[in-house]
Amino acid sequence: MEIIAEYLKQERSQEWREELRKSMKSKDRTTKVRVHMPEEDPIKRAKSHIEVNRGLTMEIAVEEAQRCLDCPDPTCMQGCPVSINIPKFIKYVEKQDFAMAARTLKETNALPAVCGRVCPQEVQCEASCFYTLKLKKIPVAIGHLERFVADWERNSGNMYVPEVAPSNGIKVAIIGSGPSGLAVAGDLIKLGYSVTVFEALHEPGGVLKYGIPEFRLPNEIVDVEINNLKKMGVEFINNFIVGKTATIDDLKEEGFEAFFAGSGAGLPNFMNIPGENANGIMSSNEYLTRVNLMNAAHDDYDTPVFLGKKVAVIGGGNTAMDSVRTAKRLGADKAMIIYRRTLDEMPARAEEIKHAQEEGIEFLNLNSPIEYFADKNGRVNKMRLQKMELGEPDSSGRRRPVPIEGSEYELETDLVVVSVGVSPNPLIPASLPGLNVSRWGTIIVDDKEMQSSIPELFAGGDIVRGGATVILAMGDGRNAAAGIHRYLQNINKK
Amino acid sequence: MNRIVAVENLSESVVKLEIEAPRIAQKRKAGHFVIVKLGLKGERIPLTISSADTEKGTITLIIQKVGVTSHKIAVLNIGDEVTDVVGPLGLATHIEKIGTVLCAGGGVGTAPLLPIVEAMHKAGNRVITVLAARSKDLIILEKEMRAFSDEVIIMTDDGSLGKQGLVTHGMEEVILREKVDKAITIGPAIMMKFSSMLTKKYNIPTEASLNAIMVDGTGMCGACRVTVGGSTKFVCVDGPEFNAHEVNFDELLSRLGGFKDEEYKAYQTYLEGLKKETV
Repeated sequence: MEIIAEYLKQERSQEWREELRKSMKSKDRTTKVRVHMPEEDPIKRAKSHIEVNRGLTMEIAVEEAQRCLDCPDPTCMQGCPVSINIPKFIKYVEKQDFAMAARTLKETNALPAVCGRVCPQEVQCEASCFYTLKLKKIPVAIGHLERFVADWERNSGNMYVPEVAPSNGIKVAIIGSGPSGLAVAGDLIKLGYSVTVFEALHEPGGVLKYGIPEFRLPNEIVDVEINNLKKMGVEFINNFIVGKTATIDDLKEEGFEAFFAGSGAGLPNFMNIPGENANGIMSSNEYLTRVNLMNAAHDDYDTPVFLGKKVAVIGGGNTAMDSVRTAKRLGADKAMIIYRRTLDEMPARAEEIKHAQEEGIEFLNLNSPIEYFADKNGRVNKMRLQKMELGEPDSSGRRRPVPIEGSEYELETDLVVVSVGVSPNPLIPASLPGLNVSRWGTIIVDDKEMQSSIPELFAGGDIVRGGATVILAMGDGRNAAAGIHRYLQNINKK
Repeated sequence: MNRIVAVENLSESVVKLEIEAPRIAQKRKAGHFVIVKLGLKGERIPLTISSADTEKGTITLIIQKVGVTSHKIAVLNIGDEVTDVVGPLGLATHIEKIGTVLCAGGGVGTAPLLPIVEAMHKAGNRVITVLAARSKDLIILEKEMRAFSDEVIIMTDDGSLGKQGLVTHGMEEVILREKVDKAITIGPAIMMKFSSMLTKKYNIPTEASLNAIMVDGTGMCGACRVTVGGSTKFVCVDGPEFNAHEVNFDELLSRLGGFKDEEYKAYQTYLEGLKKETV
């Protein structure tokens, strides 16, 4: 930690930073008003898949960057799972040296354009910004600025490829090309390792591709970030399921010395209520994969998808919001969230809930489905719901929903998307008998270096957490990369 | 990657493709399947691995033209590449020496049955195989089946080959004649439903290999869910083989028909497009 503090101090004391700090009085900085992210019109956007957030203009970004006080003790950084040097990149924005701002992001973050879009900054960096903590004011829009810098660099046509150390010839296998795997790849390739990412699907990107919709994170942006990793030397192999196509033992024989499992939370949960296997009822994973990865809504793609006019999405997380907003865009007249608690307990990001409300999504809070009915063709046409009220807090600290006896009623629906969480993918644990797993099937690792009970296997993201966010997965990836580096240096010394 | 090295037309609508996939060939066992996708805009579909050649590094897939995707794959030529092939997926068939095994294959379901017949034979079982189809043209792999079966009974709806009748007639003939320790049924869901009802009547433990709709094939989407013994299972990771007497075949049939109208329309449009091209 001291080394990091020293490094930050050194960087902060560079002449250009000092000049910049002096160029404007603190009071002038703190009296500025935080920018608003320009958004596509709700009526227009709900009919298309264009991105909702349009991004800041250069002028607005610089203006916002001026709000940052370049604190001597940048508390914001403690809120960032991948430890971005936040004041440094923001001050480069203020200086209008956007290329250097982009380089700063890439020192520690392999996917800045992604994080700038999907990170919940309001509970991370921005929650520990000096403005929030001490001034009790609205924090600097760190997330919006990150996105601005990444977009500026991509649009400049001149993407900086971070420098990599000379190859040390040591092979590392990364299982899964989602956010945690990409973060590990980015760090290890810089250190000179020979990095191969194995992806089960036909395209790399994991949940960034199949899960998060175009209107929040265009696939093209994920591809640009992945291409950047390729330019750094990371090799990607698609259609390869470690544990099936080859085992970890096979890969060891082929010379791989360390492994990172970032295989995600593969199994969708269902509620196991009567009628749930009717046609037109599916997991959010299936619905979003068909639409996002397989382009099912486009006529010239072969994959079909059920369309609905009265769509019910069960759940209150970000994936539920993604599903219901997708349904609206695919032509639903009624697109409803069915959630058993209230807006206050909803796990989705505030921004997603706000965007959904603007787009005309209906929220049936304090409701829970108890049965589905189908027409003669087996297609869902009705659901039975029960109303709930909030009781005592449960183990998650949220008030427990309690069914209200006799409150059952029926609601017409022709498409149901079940978005009530996921369980870890059992493929990796099932292929490794010696691996310690929890009773939920997640891989048990030490929380500093993400090492599992098999010394050469590290893990992170949802296979460890059981369902979290992109940025926490990336944080795990960075910790695991450090762990793998230390592990490999030790064994190769002997 | 995934280059086609041999093509054989087994009937007017059924094609056997041998594809380079060395890693899958090494790892596959009876009962395993692959997910195949053709072209950038293609759909992911599951296909059972019919056999493999570890020395050549190839797997054999048998495919019947029933829709756009299967048609596009079935008309590929030697030297063409299948864009994406991933596997082997699913749980392998449980093979053991148990005595007499009655194997029933309906239509193109004969293809996934072949590796099981082979493995059951090699495990030292007496294997009796019943192959059934609408007519002579649709009976496939007879020669291969004979190589690993103690007896092969052929049933056709129209009597154009073997005996006239349904798969269940052929199975029942064997069951009435001798002690059967285990039955395996693979084919259209309706065929598996009725053969399963038959063996249930005679209390013969039976496995069915289910052909559900899938997207990823690794447990991620749940499109392939099926009710077995009252609880929901995923065909891709819990199967594809299940205790046939516990499978809810009516639900499976309904779920298989989920996209029937869209698929029919898409296939007609595709076939019309083909006609225009040739004119």
